Amino acid sequence: MNTGYNFAYLDEQTKRMVRRAILKAVAIPGHQVPFGSREMPLPYGWGTGGIQLTASIIGPDDVLKVIDQGADDTTNAVSIRRFFARTAGVAPTTRTGDASIIQTRHRIPEKPLREDQIIVYQVPQPEPLSRLEPSRAETRRMHALSEYGLMHVKLYEDITRFGHVAISYDYPVMVNHRYLMAPSPIPAFDNPKLHMMPALQLFGAGREKRIYAVPPWTDVRSLDFDDHPFRAARAPHSCGLCGATDGYLDEVVVDDRGGRLFVCSDTDHCETRRAAGHTGADALAAE
Amino acid sequence: MSIDLPGFADPVLGSQACFRAVLDAMARPGTFRAAGAGLSPPAPLVPAAAAVLLTLVDAETPFYLAPGFAPAQDWIGFHCGALPVEFPGVAAFVLADTLPDLAALAAGSDESPDASATVILQVAALGSGRRLRLSGPGLRVPVSVDVTGLPDNFPVLWAANHALYPRGIDILLCSGTTLAALPRSVRVEG
Amino acid sequence: MAYVAVKGGERAIDNAHAWLAEARRGDTSVAEIGTAQIAGQLGRAVDRVMTEGSLYDRELAALAIKQAQGDLIEAAFLLRAYRTTLPRFAHAAPVDTAAMQIRRRISAVYKDLPGGQVLGPTYDYTHRLLDFSLLGEAVPPPAPEAPAAAANMPRVTDILAHEGLIEADGAGGKEPGDITREPLSFPAERDVRLQSIARGDEGFLLALGYSTQRGWGGSHPFVGEIRAGDVSVEITPPELGFAIDIADVTLTECQMVTQFKGSKTVPPQFTRGYGLAFGHADRRAMAMALVDRAMRAEELGEEVTAPAQNVEFVLYHCDNIEATGFVEHLKLPHYVDFQSELETIRRMRAEAREDAA
Repeated sequence: MNTGYNFAYLDEQTKRMVRRAILKAVAIPGHQVPFGSREMPLPYGWGTGGIQLTASIIGPDDVLKVIDQGADDTTNAVSIRRFFARTAGVAPTTRTGDASIIQTRHRIPEKPLREDQIIVYQVPQPEPLSRLEPSRAETRRMHALSEYGLMHVKLYEDITRFGHVAISYDYPVMVNHRYLMAPSPIPAFDNPKLHMMPALQLFGAGREKRIYAVPPWTDVRSLDFDDHPFRAARAPHSCGLCGATDGYLDEVVVDDRGGRLFVCSDTDHCETRRAAGHTGADALAAE
Repeated sequence: MSIDLPGFADPVLGSQACFRAVLDAMARPGTFRAAGAGLSPPAPLVPAAAAVLLTLVDAETPFYLAPGFAPAQDWIGFHCGALPVEFPGVAAFVLADTLPDLAALAAGSDESPDASATVILQVAALGSGRRLRLSGPGLRVPVSVDVTGLPDNFPVLWAANHALYPRGIDILLCSGTTLAALPRSVRVEG
Repeated sequence: MAYVAVKGGERAIDNAHAWLAEARRGDTSVAEIGTAQIAGQLGRAVDRVMTEGSLYDRELAALAIKQAQGDLIEAAFLLRAYRTTLPRFAHAAPVDTAAMQIRRRISAVYKDLPGGQVLGPTYDYTHRLLDFSLLGEAVPPPAPEAPAAAANMPRVTDILAHEGLIEADGAGGKEPGDITREPLSFPAERDVRLQSIARGDEGFLLALGYSTQRGWGGSHPFVGEIRAGDVSVEITPPELGFAIDIADVTLTECQMVTQFKGSKTVPPQFTRGYGLAFGHADRRAMAMALVDRAMRAEELGEEVTAPAQNVEFVLYHCDNIEATGFVEHLKLPHYVDFQSELETIRRMRAEAREDAA
């Protein structure tokens, strides 16, 4: 553990500022709380919001899992895990069930989370209305008035044009019947996991300087219409390695003749299943 | 004199542990969490409230303390770097031992409901006394919490605060080394 | 097979960093560049990195430039990330540019003025011909020295203000905002706007300033004055109770004098656009002054039509550390989202085929 910096890198005054913002975020589920985001030693866009959240909550007894795209071994996940190993000396894990804090980019683990866990999302764009209204002064006003007609119109236009909503990730949700919220760029497949999750969910956007939260057991609904209910899509295949049919799949190009291998995006889910003896159709070929 | 009494033995890890207790309490309204064990703050400050102050309050937070806490003011100033403000209406944190007039505190604006006060309220007991029934975010099913030291009409006062949602005041109840939270999002029935 | 190749992120990072260190050093038969050389001989690069990195330290800026292989945005980022970890032990008093030890001072609005025009070490009238003598090592002959500059170098805006022809300078007194502690919110006042663009990307400010000259929010600017030189930084430690001089910093200040037709309540007068930068940075200070003036459109009752006048647009996009992060983050893996897009587009194409059949 490197002692040149404070525990978990951030100075104590910064942690207090972030902690105060987190508490207000928990008290107002789905509301984006502005915070004095600091420059981190990783670039904006690499998870500086999530890193500041994790640095402000983590303690020496925590067990940390970091995933990017569902995988523990993607380079950015490795880099962030190393950052906390170096600055906080915490125990890392790749096992979802063993982690007390899970920092994630773009996925929610397949294994249901528990009440004693916290999931920290890295958020590139916290404003769910940003593609419809670029001015933040204007979108703040819309949130104040709970005026989300713009988003409903967008979804309705999708339906009239394509027959269904054409948003496949970062699919907007209503939190606690009050705030429209960007769930971060998780696939819409993961959206149902946000609803009534036993774990506390924290969202950090470093560059945009916003923190928001969903407390445990909170109502989180993906926007839809009665006659066009929300549908969570996944590739219609089973995992080539473990045979799972319930998880989100990555599509791996294996040759230049159209060959494809579908494998679990959640590497811990896949490894746990394989360790338990499950095999997929391509398991031998992939070894 | 009161500044001679120490703060956290390890300020970094002490405030981290206390913050997790407060965060957990805020995420699950009405559940009890331990905080401040090992602290011996000047009277009338109790360890849980002292730990919350050390964890969240500093020179950047306008802070109001009820008159009864004057003997602890130097200690708070020394350990937190916080100077009290004269009027509770501009405070981000309010330290009190009887429920202040919630309507007189900062409840935030429609655009910035987070710019609101958190009341650190010392009560006589948590786990006995008047039974309150809580429901809302953080609670899978409604829970009961027993508190001694809240006014009899607390459910009515709280309903007025809850009606401001998403504006409103959040309360941290502290007794001895125990704390519990009432975020504005929670509904309280008597 | 191919899928296995995505494993081993840890080793890949270590190897990449080792390669980077080797590439940074370059040909080892060539002498390694020293930070003193960068600080002394690449001064304008150091100036820019200090300004955009929000930290006045020539040695650390030189180190950042060396570490970043001369990528100035990367260097500014290194400096910023270092800066955020520093404790704040005092607040300096505002520097007094009227008392600047002048190295350069020019005005485009007066032929001559008290203190005179001082060109200083400028590129303005160099012919842009590659100087092949610099391929070798040569010590230039010493520059002729004038007698010490006149002590009295009043700011041009003060001369105009004396006659009441220019608006009063912005009201002081109020504690200025600090975007490094409090996130931007709107409407953003001028103190916060100036702080934002002072550390904004030079290229972005230059392009926006240029756009105002081409009719996108023009204000008929004149360079009232550009001055560059050293000013002293003072703090008042509470235990002393009086101001002490802790450092000299080199600054370039530009006061742009711009047209204003007046309104119902205010008679016609000149208005101000203000630019300030670390080191020698005419271009940056001038562009900043143009953008500052453009962002004052609403305050001065002008119609807001151009990008440079849109405060939210300018402030949210001027920071190159934020911008480069978000642009470059697109190279991080996005395959989960792309997969969801693949499924959606396949489904839509299948539905289109069914409809056609």
